[in-house]
Amino acid sequence: MSLINYSSKEINCKIVYYGPGLGGKTTNIKYVYSKVNPESRGKLMSLDTELDRTLFFDFLPVNLGKVRGFTLHFHLYTVPGQVYYNASRKLILKGTDGLIFVADSQIERFEDNIESLENLKENLAEYGVKLGDIPLTMQYNKRDLPNIVSIEELEEVLNPRRVFFSEGVAIQGIGVFEPLKEVSKKALRRLK
Amino acid sequence: MTVSKGNHFEEEFRKIKENLEELCRDIKALAVLLIDKAGQLITTAGNTSFLDIPSFATLSAADFAATSNLADLIGEYDFTTLFHQGKEKSIYVSLISDQVILAVIFTKETTLGLVRIKVRKVSKKLEGFFDKIFADIEGEYVGMIDDDFIGEAESELDSLFE
Repeated sequence: MSLINYSSKEINCKIVYYGPGLGGKTTNIKYVYSKVNPESRGKLMSLDTELDRTLFFDFLPVNLGKVRGFTLHFHLYTVPGQVYYNASRKLILKGTDGLIFVADSQIERFEDNIESLENLKENLAEYGVKLGDIPLTMQYNKRDLPNIVSIEELEEVLNPRRVFFSEGVAIQGIGVFEPLKEVSKKALRRLK
Repeated sequence: MTVSKGNHFEEEFRKIKENLEELCRDIKALAVLLIDKAGQLITTAGNTSFLDIPSFATLSAADFAATSNLADLIGEYDFTTLFHQGKEKSIYVSLISDQVILAVIFTKETTLGLVRIKVRKVSKKLEGFFDKIFADIEGEYVGMIDDDFIGEAESELDSLFE
């Protein structure tokens, strides 16, 4: 359970992009940053290695404005996808209100998607949380590339619960906002 | 998800805020921030106008989480305080009630020893308030969030993420 902001009537929602390394999580968050009205967003913070790979996380605060006296903030995070940064990934998951799993559609990355999803389940389990307990959406990214797995197959293996998915080309902004909007709404509905 | 629950906690919250402001004055700190372990800001005291608060809150929580894991690697349960020393400004971070991070930003006009003593003192008081709040939260229902609220929030989301 996260702590509550008692006096200022605020709702803070933490959305985490998860998925295999080089799958496009940072590209997603950078696109959101570039498209959201500057007044509604804070600074995009990236903790990278020298080679621009995410070391710890990327972080983007987005303000939704006031709704009936409540101020709504969405905090978007990415986790580092590379296998050996699991400690960072686990830390970022703490207190997550919603997850967007960014899968890499390329055939050669198929196994990496499965491994990352398994890793997500394991890390959540350490917080005593099941994947089904948290709002989740999927983005099948890099749909513009030639050597990709079919949506049916991705759905079959990665999305047995059939949660919302988008076909993404994150670098062009295609299919970026849909899963974010959907997971944010799911997270809000859980407030009830 | 962090949600305000209105009047129910306002009294405790007011006391917390007063204690932080007193601490800030006592040690001549630039600012004092309370942050939850997920990186969400709870409240501040002092002057935070120079600070990117969301980034500071997020990094403080990440800092604490990372060092907790370092502690684990050497067989410690937790490092309950962290200190980052700069040329002009320093940051002292400590954990309250195992849930809340208290970060003090101070200049070289203040000594680390004084910060340590005063933070320890105020932490004990804050622990009392937070323990009460955490106990009260159990079973609490957020009645203010209804279908209309969700509907309005969703349309805000639609227009923001167009």
